[in-house]
Amino acid sequence: MKDFGYAAPKNVGEAISLLTELGGHGKVIAGGQSMLVIMKQNMLAPEFLVDIKGISELDYIKYDKKKGLNIGALTTHRTIERSPVIKETYPVLSEMEDNLAVVQTRNWGTIGGNLCHGDPAGDPTVVFIVLNARLKIRGTAGEREIDIEDFYKDYLEVDLNPGELLVEIQVPPPPPHTGSAHNKLMVMKGDMGIVGAAATITVNPADGTCTGARIALSNVASTPWRSRAAENVLIGKVITGELLAEAGRAASAELEPPADVHGSSAYRKEMAELFVRRTAETALKRAQAQG
Amino acid sequence: MNDELKELRFSVNGKPYELKVKPKALLLDVLRKELKLTGTRTGCEVSACGACTVNLDGMAVRACSILALQANGREVVTIEGVADGDKLHPIQEAMVAHGAIECGFCTSGMVMSARALLLENPKPTREDIRRAVQGNMCADSGYVKYIEAVEIAAKKMQGGE
Ligand SMILES: Cc1cc2nc3c(=O)[nH]c(=O)nc-3n(C[C@H](O)[C@H](O)[C@H](O)COP(=O)(O)OP(=O)(O)OC[C@H]3O[C@@H](n4cnc5c(N)ncnc54)[C@H](O)[C@@H]3O)c2cc1C
Ligand code: FES
Repeated sequence: MKDFGYAAPKNVGEAISLLTELGGHGKVIAGGQSMLVIMKQNMLAPEFLVDIKGISELDYIKYDKKKGLNIGALTTHRTIERSPVIKETYPVLSEMEDNLAVVQTRNWGTIGGNLCHGDPAGDPTVVFIVLNARLKIRGTAGEREIDIEDFYKDYLEVDLNPGELLVEIQVPPPPPHTGSAHNKLMVMKGDMGIVGAAATITVNPADGTCTGARIALSNVASTPWRSRAAENVLIGKVITGELLAEAGRAASAELEPPADVHGSSAYRKEMAELFVRRTAETALKRAQAQG
Repeated sequence: MNDELKELRFSVNGKPYELKVKPKALLLDVLRKELKLTGTRTGCEVSACGACTVNLDGMAVRACSILALQANGREVVTIEGVADGDKLHPIQEAMVAHGAIECGFCTSGMVMSARALLLENPKPTREDIRRAVQGNMCADSGYVKYIEAVEIAAKKMQGGE
């Protein structure tokens, strides 16, 4: 690993001023769980690290029935996994964390670091996409909010300017009769998904039609992938087994996934079909179970 | 300015330390090379094996994947700090008595993962134990006895036999 300068500012304001002063020469480190691996390989060699891990003002989970969920960027995976309010109100996030890495990584890695790393194989992003989340970003010019879908530009590239920090993830309250699910293909529990899928389905309890659907996939493209094609198959219809299969096929048809040691492109396409079908089915059952 | 040494104040196994370290120094390097606490193992060094597991403010973390400076102001416990003088910790005792240890390379990491678990959850289920040591690879595949040993230790610590 190359040497670098280091400072650990005490609050968000100081961190932003320091990053702004450093221009493109500074780089944020949170838990370092993603960064250190690539720094050890010299694939990333920052000149100066601004360590934000200790900034406690960004470590929080707030929930309000009307406003929804706000998660500070420096909240660890482990805190999210264990949060009673998240288990109760957004169980899909607990389900996702349960399959994310191992406890040692979850204890130190932050949710903001995961999102900002921009890995298309990451799990939280696809779940936040189907939960319709927004990101709050702060820089010297003030704050801006964006849809999480628009945050991803390319492989490991996100919409952050030098001097900007992701500060919060905002998740709206789900509409009534809504269910969400996440699942991924793993060799061992906790592996990065070879393919992952998340789905949110809303049904009209009066006639059983699907009034809303959001479906997203991980590790099938250079960015997290939202499949509107699959969503459109489901919306407005009473969802049957055949329709779920069709949604899987629609999602798979539009993909040209990467190939690596874990799976060929064709295999990923097949798995994408399967995981969209299964995940949407689980989400549907959860929506229906709400009576 | 890039290799300027920075002050690190932290506690290791209950003792306060004040060191000057390079920003790029990993917690694992400082423990093993500066403090000569070599019970914490260097395995894969890329966050894949768990051999380097230590407890940081009571949590299991991988010392190969944390900057030493991130331990500033915090408490680290390594395998050297687990026993009470000559008296082994119940987790260590159970691992020895139950024959859980094969070559021993992964043992310190296993103990540290188990210790963090029992601090947080003194009455774990078997599944809780499996989950807690999931990130600790054993090249001899001696997982079952490790898990049983932690079960035995937890019961003993609860006052049972
Ligand atoms: C063994 C292992 C297994 C893993 N398995 C999974 C898995 O199954 N699923 C999964 O999704 N992930 C997995 N991960 C990735 C893990 O979730 C991330 O490493 C972790 O969440 C990153 O958080 P961090 O705080 O450590 O980020 P860091 O490594 O510190 O930072 C990552 C990137 O984000 C930037 N950054 C961090 N915080 C901010 C911020 N607030 N504002 C702006 N930029 C910021 C940094 O500059 C850097 O570019 C795994 C990692 C390891 C090591
Ligand atoms: S040496 Fe740290 S996880 Fe392998």
